[in-house]
Amino acid sequence: MKRETGILLLLIAVAVVTTAFAPVFCLEGNLTNLLQRTALFGILSIGVAFVIITGGIDLSIGSVVGLVGALMPLLLFEYGWTVGGTVWFVLGLSLAIGLLHGLLITKVGMQPFVVTLCGLLIYRGLARWLTDDAIRGFGSSLDDGLRQLAISKPFSLPLPGIRWISEGGWSSQKVNLETGEPILSDGQPIDLPFWGEVPIPLPFLLLLTVAVVAWVFLDRTIWGRYLLALGRSEEAARYSGIKTDRMIITSYVICSGLAGLGGVLFALDVNLVQPASHGNFYELYAIAAAVLGGCSLRGGEGSILGVVIGAAVMRVLYNAINLTGIPTTLEFAIIGIVILAGVGADTVVKRVVASRRRRAG
Amino acid sequence: MTGPSPLLEARGLSKRFPGVRALDGVDLLIRPGEVVSVIGENGAGKSTLMKILAGVQAPDTGDLNWNGKLVRIGSVREALDLGISLIHQELNLAGNLDVAANVFLGREPTRLGWIDRKRLHRDAAALVERVGLDVPTTTRVDSLSTGRQQLVEIAKALSVDARLLIMDEPTSSLSTSESEKLLEVVRELRDQGVSVLYVSHRLGEVKALSDRVVVLRDGALVGELVGDEIQHDAMVQGMVGRDVARFYVRTPHEYGPPALQVDRVRTAAFPAHELSFTVREGEVVGIAGLVGAGRTELVETLFGVSSPLSGTIRVHDREARMNRPSGAVAAGLALVPEDRKAQGLITDMTIRENVSLARLAEDARFGVRNGRAEEDLSRSMVARLGVKTPSDGERVGNLSGGNQQKVVLGKWLATGPRILILDEPTRGIDVGAKSEIYALMDSLAKEGVAILFVSSEMEEILGVADRVLVMHEGRISGELACDQLSEEAVMRLATSAPESAA
Repeated sequence: MKRETGILLLLIAVAVVTTAFAPVFCLEGNLTNLLQRTALFGILSIGVAFVIITGGIDLSIGSVVGLVGALMPLLLFEYGWTVGGTVWFVLGLSLAIGLLHGLLITKVGMQPFVVTLCGLLIYRGLARWLTDDAIRGFGSSLDDGLRQLAISKPFSLPLPGIRWISEGGWSSQKVNLETGEPILSDGQPIDLPFWGEVPIPLPFLLLLTVAVVAWVFLDRTIWGRYLLALGRSEEAARYSGIKTDRMIITSYVICSGLAGLGGVLFALDVNLVQPASHGNFYELYAIAAAVLGGCSLRGGEGSILGVVIGAAVMRVLYNAINLTGIPTTLEFAIIGIVILAGVGADTVVKRVVASRRRRAG
Repeated sequence: MTGPSPLLEARGLSKRFPGVRALDGVDLLIRPGEVVSVIGENGAGKSTLMKILAGVQAPDTGDLNWNGKLVRIGSVREALDLGISLIHQELNLAGNLDVAANVFLGREPTRLGWIDRKRLHRDAAALVERVGLDVPTTTRVDSLSTGRQQLVEIAKALSVDARLLIMDEPTSSLSTSESEKLLEVVRELRDQGVSVLYVSHRLGEVKALSDRVVVLRDGALVGELVGDEIQHDAMVQGMVGRDVARFYVRTPHEYGPPALQVDRVRTAAFPAHELSFTVREGEVVGIAGLVGAGRTELVETLFGVSSPLSGTIRVHDREARMNRPSGAVAAGLALVPEDRKAQGLITDMTIRENVSLARLAEDARFGVRNGRAEEDLSRSMVARLGVKTPSDGERVGNLSGGNQQKVVLGKWLATGPRILILDEPTRGIDVGAKSEIYALMDSLAKEGVAILFVSSEMEEILGVADRVLVMHEGRISGELACDQLSEEAVMRLATSAPESAA
């Protein structure tokens, strides 16, 4: 069984169970919102997957998201920069951060955990200091401009049956989901259409684009092969004539670059940035999604499709907790248990397969 | 003559590992005060035999008699209780502790729960004197030379009242004079009635020391030599199992212009010595020397793994700056490294992914891999090199040592190297694959490839090289042409440098 199949089954299982307990899961608005959140976190997750594949880690993603989010309103409104200038600057800054991480790790020989842990502290501190820790937003000034990147929904995808489930309580007529009583209009039951329309957010299309490019890079180019090879044995890859330092640096640049892109989208999405907390823990969500999606922290393993589905699982779980009335204080514990169970099952399956093969050989 | 009754008698020892018969019905007899040497190529079963006797592994079948009584040695502890002590090839000493503490590590004499230092040092001093070590027992072990540390190991082994000492390549990292000293100690122990099972590749030592030599090949006992029968040729023939001349492939090579010119290169490991030599196209040059002579450091510097401190490396008469392996590969070099699993292969990847790794870029367009070319390449390499595998999608880690080495060679042949460097190319490889690798080196040389190989196996150096550079303590102590080659000549250069050098 391929790794993606396992994580896909997990996604479907969580979605089905949630729907069974809370039909509102299938509300068009809820599904759109899930796609939006999956897109934003998925972009971060793909970035960190590249670093994890090299056997490294990036703990600074959330702080990069925070720094980018804090800088954008500051540059736009306090310093009067243009929209284009601001976006290119924060993206460039993110790439520079990745380059710095890569250089410290390969040329200086520091450990990825240490470098990016310090990054986590430094970028958060800078974000708070530069903004005087003040909450800033874009107001409505960008609503017709740049914010469209994060909030527009260019088209809708028809899905069968979702309105019957979410509004009809598994029937074709609208009901009060609490009581099961039909809702009447002029004494008549309201018929629900079989097809529902889920608006597709633009960030989700961006995620798909990033995912396709990342998949081609990892699965089809020589550089992807180099990354997988050096993730398993940096020494052997170097002895094979691969410029391993350059590849490792590239992976950190990709990671921070995507964190920057995600940061722009997150800031535009929430429209109000609190420098002390914006993006907190996002690196952990991203790492968890990558691991769920089949990346091994030992390096050398990972699939982009798996990571995207992993990010979706994280968001669906979070959504499920909210919808089914489980106390949200349990949120972290539940997400932790599901990841532990998922990765644990995968590890056990792998060991059984490996030992069977050994015995056969 | 039957001699005294045997101390140890093993009958029909067998041990199987998945896919290999490591030991196949081996009989062994050791009398008190006898030095018995075990020789054989890598993988012949020597280490399995040692481990069984020392209680590290249990045999699948076979009996062990100790002093005429049937025993089962289930653990190292039980072996030590009987009086069987194994001295590993690598030193197992705590360098930060003193000699006495090391000798009795884990078995310190105590008084009321406290270490009895007086008795510790008194007992240790007796053992230290017995092995001819002339240092106070309060000396820190890491301040001693390797040779003296080896003597501490022996004292430690004797401290359990050892009656049988198993020594695994005890001289592999010692200088000549240190080795001489160690052999002397072994002889003295024998005279005191201790039996010694001596395992070594150094046939000169084996000849000088042994009362009896047993030869293992492919897990089986293939011969036993006593007294005057212990001669170099007889031992080699026994180990290799066929005529040496036919086993090693060397046909006359025609040399072309210089391919690799090394001029006054200093390596980071031995900054005091400048190394200069040339390898011509079509020439097979061997680098001989003892472990630690700086051979691996030299070839790794040539391949750009570490940068030379000074000097120039010219490839086909063009100066090459080799600061990393990628530069060396671009210049037409290839290195089959010493540590096959860590440096030569990505063991978790498939044969195909490994074979194509070094030439991916060449077949790619705009960075996109050419899957078809990769497939064709790996199929043809598997066929050309005779890699035994169900398919080229097999994980390299699942292959035997010989087949793994063929995959490393395949990876480099795919790049069409003009200079092929091999570091211990046949270490841990079975006899059949060895012969194939020699044949491959020979045919590459005929095609004009310059070949430089490092080897610690004397027979390989003598049998394969057109010319031999001998290294000693970081410098090239001599060069031998094909017709000057002999084991004695190589060993003299490998060990003869004055002790005061450097």
